[in-house]
Amino acid sequence: MNEINPSGWRPSISASGVAAPSIETFTDNRALQLEEALIFEIGNLEHCGVDFDDDDLDETLLGGLPSRRSAPVDLPGLTEPEAVRHYTRLSRQNYAIDLGLFPLGSCTMKHNPRLDEKVARMPGFADVHPLQPQSTVQGALKVMNELAQWLITLTGMHGVAMTPKAGAHGELCGLLCIRAALEARGDAREVILVPESAHGTNPATAAFAGYRVENIPATADGRVDVAALTARLGPDVAGVMITNPNTCGLFERDLKTISDAVHAAGGFVYCDGANFNAIVGRVRPGDLGVDAMHINLHKTFSTPHGGGGPGSGPVVLSEALAPFGPLPFTARQADGSVRLVEEETAAEEGHAQAFGRMCAFHGQMGMYTRALAYILSHGADGLRQVSGDAVLNANYVLRSLDDVLDAPFGAAGPCMHEALFSDDGFAEGFSTLDLAKGLIDEGFHPMTVYFPLVVHGAMLVEPTETESKRSLDQFIGAMRSLAERARAGDEALKSAPHLAPRRRLDETLAARKPKLVWKG
Amino acid sequence: MRYLPLNDGDRAAMLERVGAGSVDDLFADVPVEARLAGPVPGLPMHASEMAVERHMARLSGESLTAGQAPFFLGAGAYRHHVPASVDHLIQRGEFLTAYTPYQPEIAQGTLQVLFEFQTQVARLFGTDVANASLYDGSTACWEAITMAGRVTRRSKAVLSGGVHPHYVETARTMAKFTGDRLVTRLPELVAASDDDAVIADIDGETASVVVQYPDVMGRVPDLAKIAQAAQAKGALLIVVVTEPVALGLLESPGALGADIVVGEGQSLGVGLQFGGPYLGLFGCREKYVRQMPGRLCGETLDADGKRGFVLTLSTREQHIRREKATSNICTNSGLCALAFSIHLTLLGGKGLEKMAKLSRIRAVQTAQALAKVPGVTIVNDSYFNEFAVVLPKDARTVVRDLADKGVLGGVSLGRLYPGAEALSGGLLVTASECTSADDIAALVSALEEVLA
Amino acid sequence: MPRYFTKDHEWIEVEGDAATVGITEYAQSQLGDITFVELPAAGASVGKGDSCSVVDSVKAASDVYAPVSGSVTEGNAALEDQPELVNSDAEGAGWLWRMTLSDAGELADLMDEGAYKAYVAEL
Repeated sequence: MNEINPSGWRPSISASGVAAPSIETFTDNRALQLEEALIFEIGNLEHCGVDFDDDDLDETLLGGLPSRRSAPVDLPGLTEPEAVRHYTRLSRQNYAIDLGLFPLGSCTMKHNPRLDEKVARMPGFADVHPLQPQSTVQGALKVMNELAQWLITLTGMHGVAMTPKAGAHGELCGLLCIRAALEARGDAREVILVPESAHGTNPATAAFAGYRVENIPATADGRVDVAALTARLGPDVAGVMITNPNTCGLFERDLKTISDAVHAAGGFVYCDGANFNAIVGRVRPGDLGVDAMHINLHKTFSTPHGGGGPGSGPVVLSEALAPFGPLPFTARQADGSVRLVEEETAAEEGHAQAFGRMCAFHGQMGMYTRALAYILSHGADGLRQVSGDAVLNANYVLRSLDDVLDAPFGAAGPCMHEALFSDDGFAEGFSTLDLAKGLIDEGFHPMTVYFPLVVHGAMLVEPTETESKRSLDQFIGAMRSLAERARAGDEALKSAPHLAPRRRLDETLAARKPKLVWKG
Repeated sequence: MRYLPLNDGDRAAMLERVGAGSVDDLFADVPVEARLAGPVPGLPMHASEMAVERHMARLSGESLTAGQAPFFLGAGAYRHHVPASVDHLIQRGEFLTAYTPYQPEIAQGTLQVLFEFQTQVARLFGTDVANASLYDGSTACWEAITMAGRVTRRSKAVLSGGVHPHYVETARTMAKFTGDRLVTRLPELVAASDDDAVIADIDGETASVVVQYPDVMGRVPDLAKIAQAAQAKGALLIVVVTEPVALGLLESPGALGADIVVGEGQSLGVGLQFGGPYLGLFGCREKYVRQMPGRLCGETLDADGKRGFVLTLSTREQHIRREKATSNICTNSGLCALAFSIHLTLLGGKGLEKMAKLSRIRAVQTAQALAKVPGVTIVNDSYFNEFAVVLPKDARTVVRDLADKGVLGGVSLGRLYPGAEALSGGLLVTASECTSADDIAALVSALEEVLA
Repeated sequence: MPRYFTKDHEWIEVEGDAATVGITEYAQSQLGDITFVELPAAGASVGKGDSCSVVDSVKAASDVYAPVSGSVTEGNAALEDQPELVNSDAEGAGWLWRMTLSDAGELADLMDEGAYKAYVAEL
């Protein structure tokens, strides 16, 4: 720690050196740590934070409406100052990237540039209706088309389906393309092969698309067992779903070999692009034989996660699958304008075989603008630097901790954008969860825990390119301290966090008797 | 590069610790033939903030925005005034840049918001429970259809012709792959919704009946009657609400007998955004809660006995159940749910009612003015803020001609139902509290010119 | 009354052609706090090895398989409100369903208590 803090200054050194007594407060607040009641406990039906231009409200015009309700909906209102305070207080009970390092492996929590927020709110994108005449929404359509071209070029693919609303929706889109392509050649196949280390959405999606899922084992070095996979290929296998880089943070070296074998057996290769941020600007999945890959715009291209969404999951497609992609999509015309191709004009644009529509309207416009601003800001050179710094940061964490934490694949060479550790070596009774909760007291968000499932007590650390060396060194210092406490069996760790707005929460109670709405 | 904190000195020091000669060496696992030696060819290099902003502003300027023109579009996406504080609050970094609240001790802000949101949605819909949001209304509608299939162990869904055609198309796409049977029909340009035709299609194999309220042409179906008919055959009634502001004046679907209520939450807090991101609303009876898709937030206690909130019943979800999950959905629409919830909190029950009244009144005023235009016929008897008119020529051409005159006059049924000749004269017109008397006058005079 | 065990940690107690099925003490200890039990409907006919019930804990949902073929006569209604009975008394009050056997010969493939104890000790 000293090397990152040469002055020796620590905020916790008090002048007196006397420990603070345990203090109870009347409000349960702890200075800046403020408790906040529910809107149902502080608001009421009469309060309103909105004034309307209602001078000419002619209630006689309300006549003739059937199914009129007899009383207003029982919803509490707040005036603007009350509402601003309520939500501001709540916001302060959240950890966020804006506050510090957020090493959530495979979730890719990187800085959200504020320029992206600004452009997303430009009225030509934010204040246009999806069904306006196309001549009046050229600005919005050009953003969709420009982003589509970037995604195609960055991945070396042939086409892109923009409408999927998140990663899992993109996976479904890719599988439906595969199914449509197989059906078009009269080739009904039933099985999708999924490596056992895959994210849970992969088998869930394959099942949803009507396929039977078969698991493929991993090798001792954390990668897909190519021999097992190729041995299973046959006329009943529609395709494989492979994550690359995979969920252990490793590059699947043999992806091209796998693709060639799958293609030779008449199947297709779906690549889960959740970790594309590790290779963007350096590797084009199209060069590895991939037929379809979704890109989480909220991961690789840093649209904000917003406490759990919205996401956006465009799917890039190979030449074989592109004609089957869903509607609508954009097509640039000879005069420079961009056309939105919907059901009616699909045939004119060579998409008579499009498998249909995945959602209302045209996808996540507000995410397209943000992603495009991010991409234009970085450019081809900056994106290459993004993946380089992300991978360097992860390897730096791996090599700064592998003497105090077990790194199951550490000996296999460099990792990609995330470093994987296990709980091997912790004192009896101490688990990954204890270390994770300890990180909260240190002022960090925990890493991804217990995923991937193939590693016992997994801890997946993804620092991203957002972190400075100083920030990483502070995190590494905290991790070393926690690892030593877990190995030594420090009991205080088992009840961490002690300093957060809440201690550990009773999830059993929540699940046994679910209270999902406030009833007073 | 303004977003990348490492400098060359840092990189050299870090590479030394890692034991690699260069950053490129860290990519040794990538086959040489797939490793690019430099930036991806054919793409521009990095750009300044000013340059990017200028480029995007130029593109933005190529659109005619709702705020610039008299505006009458609806059909599943609605323009309402959103108070400035909503957009300010959702840009708090602690909301904007937080992740899914998997670590509840440091995510109580997001979790409490979700709990409040679920309660607001349940009260609005008149359902026992609601989830923490799905992608949008159309995907929520499909999720409801599959959930009804799980509950009833049947696979046939009867969809009213009044359900938004994009919702029907979404369901049709999915059903092709899941084997669910969908009974669908086109809407007709008549005053009454198709309640009786829908009821006639319900049989002992029907899992669900899907009705939109108000329907795509603004008509208000008789939910109680359809609910009774569905339940008599052991089918569930799914009600779709694409304009939740309507529930400020209309009885909640749950109170009229709906088993599952889904909706599009965009019209509160979210804005038009050219179609997305929006947010799917999903409520149902308590007894079906374990069959419900999507994330759920529940109340509990922490180790000190303080009230707190957690994501719960997650064993239904894909990360645990994998191929046995109730849905493959992983993401919800958290930030849009926050915007929806803040807007609804600012309104309260009385404010929502006021907003609904104004929307309805502006729509009536618009309809009365349009009825005087030669050749224009109002289709609806009943409507909230959206109604259909029949024009003497192809409504699609009329909409384009109106746009040329700077008026965004509505949504043509020809755009929504390509190829359906009988609907080609139909135009959907929507008003809200944003609609002014000047807007109505501009629409009328432009339409008179276009039809002359 | 004889009691048999499976490698998937179900127990079955047989009396004539009727039987009671549950999960073992070992299984409940591995699952942790049980939060919900999805029970088979009375009248359902099940084949040996079919998934009949799902036992949810906070972090897992586990299928429970029919040890033998037959038809379900009742699910344990007490578990609807008190799933925690599976934790407190897995091999007693926390039983999952009752069934009639269609082929008592299938019992021969199952373990007796001694064999099961030895099996668990190896895990």
